[in-house]
Amino acid sequence: MSTIALIDCNNYYVSCERAFDSSLHGVPVVVASNNDGCAIARSSEAKALGVKMGDPIHLIRDRLTKHGVVVRSSNYTLYGDMQRRVVAAVEEFASEVEIYSIDETFLDLEPFANRDLVAHANAMRDQVRRWTTIPTCVGIAPTKTLAKLANAAAKKNPLFDGVADLRDPVLRTWVLDRFPAADVWGVGRATAAKLAELGITTAGQIRDMQMKQARGLGTVVLERLVAELQGVAASAVEVIEPQRKGMAVTRSFGTPVDDLDTLMGAVSQYAMRAGEKLRSHGLVAGQLTVFFQTNRFRSDARQYQALRRMTLHPMTADSLELLAAARRGAEAAWRDGFAYTKAGIMLDDLVSADLRPRTLFEGNVERRDRLMTALDEVNGRFGKFTAVPAAQGFRREWRMRAENRSPAWTTRIEEVPVVQAR
Amino acid sequence: MPPLILHDMPFQMVPSEARLLVETTPAGFPSPAQDDMEEPIDLAAWLIDHPAASYLMRVAGHSMADAGISDGDLVVVSRAVEPRPGDIVIALVDGDRTMKRLRRSGGRLWLVPEAEGYQRIAVTETTEIWGVVVALARRYRR
Repeated sequence: MSTIALIDCNNYYVSCERAFDSSLHGVPVVVASNNDGCAIARSSEAKALGVKMGDPIHLIRDRLTKHGVVVRSSNYTLYGDMQRRVVAAVEEFASEVEIYSIDETFLDLEPFANRDLVAHANAMRDQVRRWTTIPTCVGIAPTKTLAKLANAAAKKNPLFDGVADLRDPVLRTWVLDRFPAADVWGVGRATAAKLAELGITTAGQIRDMQMKQARGLGTVVLERLVAELQGVAASAVEVIEPQRKGMAVTRSFGTPVDDLDTLMGAVSQYAMRAGEKLRSHGLVAGQLTVFFQTNRFRSDARQYQALRRMTLHPMTADSLELLAAARRGAEAAWRDGFAYTKAGIMLDDLVSADLRPRTLFEGNVERRDRLMTALDEVNGRFGKFTAVPAAQGFRREWRMRAENRSPAWTTRIEEVPVVQAR
Repeated sequence: MPPLILHDMPFQMVPSEARLLVETTPAGFPSPAQDDMEEPIDLAAWLIDHPAASYLMRVAGHSMADAGISDGDLVVVSRAVEPRPGDIVIALVDGDRTMKRLRRSGGRLWLVPEAEGYQRIAVTETTEIWGVVVALARRYRR
């Protein structure tokens, strides 16, 4: 049996903001998504005030002001650098480290399994806290799915005091029987509904499902989940990242856009980005949707929502193909006389590139693949959008708005924190 | 690739110490410059022992002038080392980030400035010692 831990940073973005700004301690803080759109991180004080994940900031602005909630624009430069530090701080505590997301890291604790792992995990949390100021929780269990669940338990239940070691079967059962099925990692909304119909509402009940029954519900993921909850690692990586059904690249504009050229520049950039994302996951797409819209929260302004859906045939991850389709769609849907505030590209019907159905007449795919690889390499090495097709444009007027962004405290020498010697 | 032959002896049989040397030497005569091959000096690496736990900060003010730290200097602040009396530290006092010398005196800890005309501050339970100043960087001109 393996011993896996998940260390997860508490309210990560808020914790990063607080690391260099002591005025944020003890007050409610919300971090807003790109372009100051929605709440994507909340301090515990903000959670207590009822601010929800995804709440549009401008709709709750009055309430935020009334309660003295501080709103920060997201500062991914800072969050990324702090993540690097967090990972460095945990490395010596594990034989292997796998970054799962910006604030979650899986650890292989097998070599330490016969030690007191709660003490081990607490020493690790202390080191992260000391090096970065960031508070964390740790879940320990035989599989990744259970480690993820243990982590949620550690976070929610004060009983665990930040570390839940669910290797003990009795304790594990106790937690699983109280853990909502819908909150189990990998259980989507649709699956949760299907499970609920069968009267399955806890993680413990999922664990006790017959494999045949899980398979009958139609998803391989669920079958693997049952195994994982039973403590049997089921090629956990695939459980983590089931092939995505769809992906989107969407941004709001810093200043409203009212000319086709500027919109085309934005849409083209999103198409390029979407292609890059697809390729990094080894996927190809069969459907591309391009959309752009006016500000639907401005009831006084004229409204228009444009959306065009296109079939990609053959299925592709070629940025230039995506770009051509996106531009065709955007041009067809364009209407003069509106102030557009948001645009995006969505890709659906995604399959693994090796499973891509071949078509006749698809030209020299291999050569195009090499071009895309080169493009990704150039952009990876020299920074985003170093190599761009001319259509993408070079102006960046529509780049996102981030009015309350904190400085790049740790990555730009002009922006390092000031210490008073007065 | 065939095993590397050294004096007609198969590579695998060379004693391990010798193997270490061999591994860094390309075939042929050793380069006479080999002993001089070193990386250029990395000043940041010398200033910063624990990159993941170190932060740069910019000094504003003159209260540490006698310790040789001037207005506008960059200091390297480490959170990997334990603060000890005698260290220059970054402390949070009533929400302000301040740099002082940590001193023990009369059975308690103090944050002590090192310049004329500045007051020392008693360390209380609300004072947070955020980090230890471990290095200083200053440029005079470009």
